[in-house]
Amino acid sequence: MTTAVTPSASDALAGTAASEDTPTPGRSPRGRRRRTTLTRASAIGLGVAMLWFSLLVLIPLVAVVVQASSGGWAGYAEALTSPQTLAALELTVGHAVLVTLVDVVMGTAIAWVLVRDSFVGKRVLEVVIDVPFALPTIVAGLVLLSLYGAGSPLGLHWANTSHAVTLAFLFVTLPFVVRTVQPVLMEIEPEVEEAAASLGASRFTVFRLVILPSLAPAITSGAALAFARAISEYGSLVLLSGNLPYSTEVASVRILSFIEGDQLTAASAVASVLLLVALVVIVGLEVVSRRVARHG
Amino acid sequence: MADTTATTRGGRTRTVRQPSRLRWPLRIAVIVYLGLLVVWPVAIVAFKTFERGLGPVLEALGQPEVVFAFELTVANAFWAVVINTVFGVGISLLLVRYEFPGRRALSALVDLPLSVSPVVVGLALLLVYSGRTGWFGPTLERLGLQVIYAQPGMIMATAFVSLPLVIREVVPVLHEIGTDQEQAASSLGASAWQTFGRITLPAIRWALVYGVVLSLARSLGEYGAVKVVSGGVALRTQTATLLVEERYSQFGADATTAAYAAAFVLALLAVVALVVVSVLRPSDHDR
Repeated sequence: MTTAVTPSASDALAGTAASEDTPTPGRSPRGRRRRTTLTRASAIGLGVAMLWFSLLVLIPLVAVVVQASSGGWAGYAEALTSPQTLAALELTVGHAVLVTLVDVVMGTAIAWVLVRDSFVGKRVLEVVIDVPFALPTIVAGLVLLSLYGAGSPLGLHWANTSHAVTLAFLFVTLPFVVRTVQPVLMEIEPEVEEAAASLGASRFTVFRLVILPSLAPAITSGAALAFARAISEYGSLVLLSGNLPYSTEVASVRILSFIEGDQLTAASAVASVLLLVALVVIVGLEVVSRRVARHG
Repeated sequence: MADTTATTRGGRTRTVRQPSRLRWPLRIAVIVYLGLLVVWPVAIVAFKTFERGLGPVLEALGQPEVVFAFELTVANAFWAVVINTVFGVGISLLLVRYEFPGRRALSALVDLPLSVSPVVVGLALLLVYSGRTGWFGPTLERLGLQVIYAQPGMIMATAFVSLPLVIREVVPVLHEIGTDQEQAASSLGASAWQTFGRITLPAIRWALVYGVVLSLARSLGEYGAVKVVSGGVALRTQTATLLVEERYSQFGADATTAAYAAAFVLALLAVVALVVVSVLRPSDHDR
């Protein structure tokens, strides 16, 4: 009937559920266009909710765009193309892409092990996956510093290097691909795989031709969320990366130093780039989930 | 025991698969990866916190700045969660049970806060509510309401970042339960409030609990957005996460212990929230 995703901690981060558009049973399909079923009380409720949502989210985000454009195109381009800002954006996007690729591979592997393998302590792994989501980002930085910073038991000194950025991104984006792939993997019917295997397909062929295509939309949406999270990361880098211009300074840190220097227009210009990417990710997810809903 | 999750979540018993040659390498790769990225570092922090024994930790947690920071954090998180719960349940009902122009757009927009950088959240609120240069800030300040560098701004920043969490949990359940019982109740003469209190609320209560716990965990740990709008003045606007940063950057064993102790308490709250969610979670499939 629907692509109903099992409600789990994952959905909280994953994003497939809320934007999903399943018609409520009992609603006539005919009246879907331009008709409201609002009663007077619910219309007032909607008004109050929209007022709060506008004051909290929409107007402030519009203010960022307005402030960014206050210097005109020239000012906008100038703010974005200053060498230090450009370096920060390059570093952020480059590392986010790299980390997203690692997440796709490791996230799928982790989801696979959680669904298909069984061993003592698997329940613990389930909780470990969600730790990066629940842990405050500043604590995440402190945590990573303990193994990869000064006095590391592994003898690694990655603090204040670009490895620190990779690590922090890997840590905070860990749950996304796992939690989007896991429910889909659980829903795959073993019969299809068995049929393919009985027809002589090797394990790898079964994975490539049967399992991977059904996982692809989930992997894509998980990767998109991981990417969006990585480019906007701030808290875990504060203690870990040293925020050195040209080498470990990411976009969010750049925005903060603009805010602290009272250069709100430049801060808004960089912020608008991050907002644009967030918007593209959300629209992309909406398109993916609609396509899945149609084909599923 | 180990794969009860898989069985209950999938809703059917799974055929036992033949072991593959890749099974052990994959299992080991996953355990090593998670061990290096999450388990080992977290364990070191727990160890370092109690390196000098329990005394210094308790002493650090008893300092007035630390007590104040945690009180402020809890107060901010409380109000943000209250606001998001009321707003979240309302919006979820509107999105699922009613049809109106712009519903799809709103449904996509409520997810936006999860993808916005905390620093951008802070900047956005600053641009509108700053008492000096904001759009509404000067007017509000003349009316006696300071938002930025005060508690209202911190609550707004916290509410912003955790806004979608309740909605995401409640919306799928509202879809699932349908409207039959609600319609039956109202056809028997129940008012809208009675229908909500007697039928809808009990049906969504577990989803609501997860949403609230997740929001609470997220709110207690918020750092970037609060940093921008709070100013981080000790004993006035410094929350627990800001205190961790400040103390860690200071020199001296006592400051470090305070940073680790505060971080440990925050991490403990986060893990407790996770365990609560994972213990409660399967029960909604046993309905």
